[in-house]
Amino acid sequence: MIAPLLGLEINFWLLLVVKMGLIAGVISGAALVAIYGELKISAHMQSRIGPYFAGGRFGWAQPIADGVKFFQKEDLMPDDADPFVYKAAPYVVLGGTVATFVIIPWGPDLSVRDLDLGLFYLLAVSSISTIGVLMAGWSSANKYSLMGGLRAAGQLIAYELPLVLAAVGVAIQAGTMSLGGIVEAQTQAVWTIGSVDIALPYVLGGQLIGFVIFITASLAELSRTPFDMPIAESELVSGYMTEYSGFRFAAFFLGEYAGMIALAAIASTLFLGGFWVPGVSADALQYLGPLVLAAKMGALIFLFIWMRWTFPRLREDQLQSLAWRWLIPAALLNIAVTAVFKVVL
Amino acid sequence: MTTPPEIMMHLSEAAVSVELETAEMTLNIGPQHPSTHGVLRLVAKVDGERVSEVEPVIGYMHRGYEKLTEVRTYPQITALVNRIDWVSGFANEIPFMVAAERLMGIEAPPRAQYIRLILTEMARISSHLIFASSYPLEIGAATPLMHALRERERILDLLESVTGGRFHPNFNRIGGVKPAAGAGASTKKVSQDLPAGFLDETRVAMERVVSVCDDLDGLVSGNEIFQARTKGVGVIPVEIAKSYGVSGPNMRASGVPFDVRKVDDYLPYDQFDFDVAVGENGDCWDRYQVRLEEIRQAARIISQAIDSMPSGELQAKVPRIIKVPKGQVYVRAENPKGEMGYFVVSEGGRIPYRVKIRTASFSNLTILQWILKGILIPDIIAILGSLDFVLGDVDR
Repeated sequence: MIAPLLGLEINFWLLLVVKMGLIAGVISGAALVAIYGELKISAHMQSRIGPYFAGGRFGWAQPIADGVKFFQKEDLMPDDADPFVYKAAPYVVLGGTVATFVIIPWGPDLSVRDLDLGLFYLLAVSSISTIGVLMAGWSSANKYSLMGGLRAAGQLIAYELPLVLAAVGVAIQAGTMSLGGIVEAQTQAVWTIGSVDIALPYVLGGQLIGFVIFITASLAELSRTPFDMPIAESELVSGYMTEYSGFRFAAFFLGEYAGMIALAAIASTLFLGGFWVPGVSADALQYLGPLVLAAKMGALIFLFIWMRWTFPRLREDQLQSLAWRWLIPAALLNIAVTAVFKVVL
Repeated sequence: MTTPPEIMMHLSEAAVSVELETAEMTLNIGPQHPSTHGVLRLVAKVDGERVSEVEPVIGYMHRGYEKLTEVRTYPQITALVNRIDWVSGFANEIPFMVAAERLMGIEAPPRAQYIRLILTEMARISSHLIFASSYPLEIGAATPLMHALRERERILDLLESVTGGRFHPNFNRIGGVKPAAGAGASTKKVSQDLPAGFLDETRVAMERVVSVCDDLDGLVSGNEIFQARTKGVGVIPVEIAKSYGVSGPNMRASGVPFDVRKVDDYLPYDQFDFDVAVGENGDCWDRYQVRLEEIRQAARIISQAIDSMPSGELQAKVPRIIKVPKGQVYVRAENPKGEMGYFVVSEGGRIPYRVKIRTASFSNLTILQWILKGILIPDIIAILGSLDFVLGDVDR
């Protein structure tokens, strides 16, 4: 909780407003950083310079300039579109993503709300954004949008399962579904050599396969390359986003990056030890935790960006066969093995 | 109680027909679409992701070049024809020039022919590099684009240093290559030789081109996903390729080792040692590999041409006003996109009576209706990209 951290007794409603403001600020700020990172990293991977002039040096203000540009664009809506659904869709996408941030623990006592069923909540709300995508695809009155939306739905059904199953392995190993509890479980010593306790994050402590499955399924959930069929620009123009412009497009854009940040935060928490880092006391983590988590998220986001600019796109049927024939059996096997070890050890 | 087999059969058929049937949707791909290489329009009948039938619609870029040639003098037509396939503008000029020269009974001097050959092969490299960059992009990989286009830029710079044009060189003249600036009625015609240092720079550029092919092999060809998307997709069997008049790399990818450079003598290719790249299965993967190999072979040809570059005249003796005697001739050439030919009919005089232009992309596209059947939507894009056409070359 933030209140004890600040040493203040704050009114519940005031605290709520502060928390909401913080989440909104952190998400949009982090999304801007991620967008800038994508611009620069992709540029250097392609022997380009990337944004250079905006903001004076290194083009750091480019994402902000882009955002301002979106505000100035005309907000178009096709005549045949379903107005309410069309207008609501970007905010459903964004809202579903933002909701996941509620339970991310940033330090031992630093999360908006550490739910007992945190993992469950997380996997539930992270699917909401796909409904938004489907809404956008359906309401746009455009065949490309429709196909993009349906592809996204097919992808969600296929990849939600491995995502959940990979997380189940973690829940079994940690023995809790609270994200704070999962981080704490990762700080427990696995071995003790002399007087030194050695604790391992789950990616090293038995959930490597789960981690790989989780990251793969995350990429599919985020519709990022090699799973970007819902927006496949060479086939479907821009998929479900084809008809969107101006601020609504910006909301989709922000939602995409916020989703990337959210899944990076979840993956860091579940598999990489979250805010925890060896050799730092719990008191110090209260303040350093957010930085540690941000660094781990940054590494994962870099991985996502790297993959995006390296891989081609799979075909829809190949994506489905990858999910059903490889990822889900592997995830089930992972659960079985984890459960056996949990009982035996 | 046992069920008679006939009833079992009916039951199984019933089970099949219960399967969800969805209405067929007509999806209009193009003429404005990111991957139709211009203004090709495909009217696709799709059921979900599956395409049952595709009807290609062309003609959005028709510029009437065949008609225009009937009201232009032969030298003027040069400027027209290099706009047919603008990705390899230089290569388009050659067969027309050779056709006019054959009608007039003259031949370009060896040095001019070598310059033509080097620049034609450069046009081929530049065209194939465009393919090597845009094809992975259509499959979804954005980065190879930059690597291949960067090398293409060097090739275009070299082309520009000789011809003054990057896309539309307009460099060939009947009987040779372009005269230097200032040549005209009052001054003696001085032909424009290669710029200083061109041959050395070209040699370096060819080494780089071969190395970028290796880069692309590592970056794209070795990629599991790229192979999954291209191998076995869009297979053109040999008989089908022949019956539709598919030519060029698309034909060779199906396993037909036919190359106009080897059988005709429109340029002195017989003096060079090069292999004809041939595929096995005729799928998208083979078409991609054949083009990469052709880049390497073109670099090989250019290197040999630089080594054995003859000196001498750049222009054959031609009258000041070009008049072509009565007659007709068909000259074909191995262009980057396939076989290109001009059928020139002359009734005598300064303008041709009729010019029929056989373009590779047009003939290659005739196979679309056959090949885009019963596939998935992403495969449309993969197959379209692998056929490597230019709409200017289709509609002309």
